[in-house]
Amino acid sequence: MTGFKRNVLPFLVFFVLIVLTGTLQSWSLAFSILNLCLVSAVMALGVNIQWGYAGLVNFGVMGFTALGGLAVVLIAADPVAAAWQAGGPGVLLALLVILATVVITLAVRRLIRHAALRMIATAVLVIAGLVTASMVFGPSTEAIEGVNPSLAGYLGGLGLPVLLSWVVGGLFAAGAAFVIGKIALGLRADYLAIATLGVSEIIIAVLMNEDWLARGVKNVVGLPRPVPYEVALREEPWFRSLVDALPLGSVELSSLVVKGAYIGLFVVVLAILLWLAETALRAPWGRMMRAVRDNEAAANAMGKDVKRLHLLVFVLGSAVIGIAGAMMTTLDGQFTPSSYQPLRFTFLIWVMVIVGGSGNNWGSTLGAFIVWFTWVEAEPVGRMVIDHATAWLGDDSSVRNHLLANAAQMRLVVMGAVLLLVLRFSPRGLIPETDRR
Amino acid sequence: MEGLLNAIVLITNFAVVPGLAYGSQLALGALGVTLTFAVLRFSNFAHGETMSFGAMVAIFVTWGLQAYGVSIDPLPTALLALPAAIIVTVLFVLGTDRLIYRFYRDKRSDQVVFIIVSIGVMFVMAGLIRFIIGPNDQIFTDGARFLISARDFRDMTGLDEGLAIKTTQVITLATAAVCVLLLFWFLQKTRTGKSMRAYADNEDLATLSGIDAGRVVVIAWALSAALATIAGTLYGLDKSYKPFVFQELLLPIFAAAIVGGLGSPIGAIVGGYLIAFAEVFLTYAYKRFLGHILPDSWMPDGLAQLLATEYKFAVAFVILVITLLIRPTGLFNRRST
Repeated sequence: MTGFKRNVLPFLVFFVLIVLTGTLQSWSLAFSILNLCLVSAVMALGVNIQWGYAGLVNFGVMGFTALGGLAVVLIAADPVAAAWQAGGPGVLLALLVILATVVITLAVRRLIRHAALRMIATAVLVIAGLVTASMVFGPSTEAIEGVNPSLAGYLGGLGLPVLLSWVVGGLFAAGAAFVIGKIALGLRADYLAIATLGVSEIIIAVLMNEDWLARGVKNVVGLPRPVPYEVALREEPWFRSLVDALPLGSVELSSLVVKGAYIGLFVVVLAILLWLAETALRAPWGRMMRAVRDNEAAANAMGKDVKRLHLLVFVLGSAVIGIAGAMMTTLDGQFTPSSYQPLRFTFLIWVMVIVGGSGNNWGSTLGAFIVWFTWVEAEPVGRMVIDHATAWLGDDSSVRNHLLANAAQMRLVVMGAVLLLVLRFSPRGLIPETDRR
Repeated sequence: MEGLLNAIVLITNFAVVPGLAYGSQLALGALGVTLTFAVLRFSNFAHGETMSFGAMVAIFVTWGLQAYGVSIDPLPTALLALPAAIIVTVLFVLGTDRLIYRFYRDKRSDQVVFIIVSIGVMFVMAGLIRFIIGPNDQIFTDGARFLISARDFRDMTGLDEGLAIKTTQVITLATAAVCVLLLFWFLQKTRTGKSMRAYADNEDLATLSGIDAGRVVVIAWALSAALATIAGTLYGLDKSYKPFVFQELLLPIFAAAIVGGLGSPIGAIVGGYLIAFAEVFLTYAYKRFLGHILPDSWMPDGLAQLLATEYKFAVAFVILVITLLIRPTGLFNRRST
């Protein structure tokens, strides 16, 4: 197969599909799909860095995504002055106590040589720290949540530009990944998978229940945007002349322009990350990572610190996922912790990477485009297929109604089957990893 | 004195008995995980869905039996349905092994590949189950609801607090005990069980000594599927059957198996009860309990709850992390990781 046919043609097919969606369904839908395709591509890139470069299994994608989303709230939302007054110092003090506990515990662990004594000292210090922190913490959070609960009831953010939060989202996710990696890397490979699964469920549980932080299930809405608002756009003179020139209504066109602006931003981010990832893979560093992945023992014998490299790759990949999470929340303009279903979407990202081609960044990007497109379009198409296929049964057939009611569940089956088939018959994916020297 | 008795009854009723039942369900689930791990050497992420699948078949058989008026009152009909459900689930799981896992076993693929494959299987199964039975709650418990109801207990003892023991809780404990005894008898005394342990200890040596690897694998799958069906059905009887619950059970089950030591049956049982009791006792609100034993002036203001109920599964995770930090091989495992 020529390079064009294998590497470029699938992307062209995808863009034809998007154009078809635009003309057959609506351009607004096509742009929305494209936006989420780009976000998914960034997430898939993160997973590909972990799985494709180093063979690390991360089942906590949604947890890191949620951390990225949290960064948007904490950086970009307007601060709630009253809440800061009511409980801000208390919360900061509690965090300080926890930090001090960690530092003191680590220091004490250095000092004590005896293993059993060390464990007892750690337990006592940790429990004492937690009890002290919770004594300040409880009343302050209650005070914060009491401030104007219907609109605020949380500390708010820093009111900084939203684009900054994309970087911070990456840092948040990297921090969480560092802790998890420290604990679970270097042990059996399953432990990392299970630990990431656990930590993502806990991150999401914390975000759903700690209202003082980001309003929990009450959601933070109306987050600032890096692109103009539709209403403001319609007042601009250049936009009016555009409306006159194109056969589209001003409402529809303004929404398209906004979505197009997001597409532009996301393409820039994806391009930068892809360029960085490709450069790293081509550099001696990439060769070293492949060596570690393909034969840990040999790489270890050659003097490579496998555990440290794994930690590095795990942190980098998670940071990319965190950036994608921040992008997604910015796109939505709201932070809704309950929408992060830990396993389902994590699994979808995995399908993207495996189908696209593990170890190849272009492959995972293509996989993200195709799989997200299929995931979105499978529901109406599947419903239509079942509707036509069972039409002969008549409208009050229970079989037909059951099938129609549960058609959405079939998407999971199809995705799982696709994953299994690709793994079995074409484990290198659509755009396989190229053999580099 | 009466205050103390009341306090004991209270905590038995709301924490010890539910904890025992939940612990038995976790232990059975973790046993299945640990068995597949010992023989096939990977953590089976589809195990939660296997439990769900088994419970679903049991529900359909129960409905069928109920429709024919078959009943073993006061016991729930689901117990009668269990053997059929086990057979169907075992066949299904063996089918997945034949179709999917065997290929990678023959290729001697890396264990991470198995993990990814098992998560694929998990989603296919999850989708199928929701497609067949729907995503909603299904209640299939029948027979007597209580062995002792709270009011009977109060009348009997004259205490203020009642102790209610649900039939399903007793059945859970009894079934779990029988299963565990049978399993240990099988592993320790029978020739097949011994060959399985030999294979788990050292695959190559066992194969060299003439142990049929294919047979050991089939038995391991069958046992884990049977245990999963029993665990899933008991869980459904005790609480209610809801497909997505089994995805949430995955973490406590894995935590139980790892705390005990992956591959160790005793470890899985101890781990199951450890996780269950830690969850129950850390999220229990001790206000009323303290009210019985403390003088009024000492009463705490709040619910006296150590951890909000929403963070129940964080307990499993924290125990998992502590295990990984202190003793990654688990409590009962000699083999290094």
